[in-house]
Amino acid sequence: MIEIQNVRKSFGTLEVLKGIDLFVQKGEVLTVIGGSGSGKSTLLTCINGLEPIDSGRILLDGTEVHAKGTDLNRLRRKVGIVFQQWNAFPHLTVLENVMLAPRKVLKQPKAEAEAMAVKQLTHVGLGDKLRVYPSRLSGGQQQRMAIARALAMSPEYMLFDEVTSALDPQLVGEVLDTLRMLAREGMTMICVTHEMKFAREVSDRVAFFHKGVMAEIGPPDTFFGAPRTAELQQFLSATH
Amino acid sequence: MFNYTFRWNQALNALPQMLDGALVTLQIALLSMVIGVAVAVALTLFRLSGNRVLRAIAATWVELARNTPALFQIYMAHFGLGAFGIHLSPYASLLAGIAFNNAGYLAENFRGALKAIPDTQTRAARSLGMPAGQAFRLIVMPQMFRVAFLPATNQMVWAILMTSLGVTVGMNTDLAGITQELNARSFRTFEFFAIAAVIYYVIAKAVTLAAQAFAWRMFRY
Repeated sequence: MIEIQNVRKSFGTLEVLKGIDLFVQKGEVLTVIGGSGSGKSTLLTCINGLEPIDSGRILLDGTEVHAKGTDLNRLRRKVGIVFQQWNAFPHLTVLENVMLAPRKVLKQPKAEAEAMAVKQLTHVGLGDKLRVYPSRLSGGQQQRMAIARALAMSPEYMLFDEVTSALDPQLVGEVLDTLRMLAREGMTMICVTHEMKFAREVSDRVAFFHKGVMAEIGPPDTFFGAPRTAELQQFLSATH
Repeated sequence: MFNYTFRWNQALNALPQMLDGALVTLQIALLSMVIGVAVAVALTLFRLSGNRVLRAIAATWVELARNTPALFQIYMAHFGLGAFGIHLSPYASLLAGIAFNNAGYLAENFRGALKAIPDTQTRAARSLGMPAGQAFRLIVMPQMFRVAFLPATNQMVWAILMTSLGVTVGMNTDLAGITQELNARSFRTFEFFAIAAVIYYVIAKAVTLAAQAFAWRMFRY
């Protein structure tokens, strides 16, 4: 379970998170929508400790992420994250990209790591690209590789930060299909996205961020069907 | 009027000796590069570190290596250290001087290469649970070497040519040293140095081509 308690975060004088309270249950799929600069991507990088926070607490299965003694490297094994820019490691083949962290971080034997990597790559539809370098893949394929790379660590939580935003429109579908598949399999996920249809379809709950505040949260039916706040009504009408 | 008669016999007869010297030249250049790369990686890490003393050491090294004559650097290794009772052989001081020079230039080269690698690479590595050192070693460094590789071969060529400065500290087993001695005995200056120049040229070209072939083989991505 991810618990976010009154989290505040500023970059310089700009406060991007103004006291966020949120929890995500095991097995839940939460999508977060909102305009750019609303703080939604920042929140994800705070959850796995890539960004420090100014105040408040984030608890991951009871462990406080930003507490002094927390071993972030160990904690991050539990939380996979995939970014808008997929960040393939260009000097490694697709298979090596996915095997690297299980080998070096989890100290898995080569055969085990390779079997896991092949399994995850096949899972996301890249079973025939194992020996290829990422530069030979399309954006959508690279993004799916990044998802497989995160999954190979057997995380308990997955964070997706606008993973389709940098893709050509015709490649968005294949990545969303991969996310749908993970959601069906019961992965606990937080997806920051601009894909409204996707959000409506896979989410248990949808949250709307606006200017650093979580303005509204609820199950997709009521969230999209009967938005309460003026900001969300405006946002939804602008994106439809 | 010029009345010099070319006599190539003596010089051509000495070719095997000169080629032996060329091997020593190549050996010093290679060793100086190995040491140079190792030190340059350390200097690069110093520059990235939060420790002000380490950063100052790295900055000073790079400044001195790049803005003083290589001849001065070799002199310092030989006569400079000698003043403090540390006596290096001509071979060792030549090697130390060139390695010092290499490390400075390569560290600057590595710094430029690092800028070409997006921060998001480190971020992605860290997000997979890698500690900072591991992320640098496994993700950043291999990419840095790729970007820096071809510029570094220029430094290798430069190192080969710098070995000729060894004659000034009494080096007499490398190509320049042997040529100088043969010249002193025969006074066929032009012939000996012309042949030496050709040998330097061939080594430098061969190294450049070998480096390109290596890069093509290694950096397939």
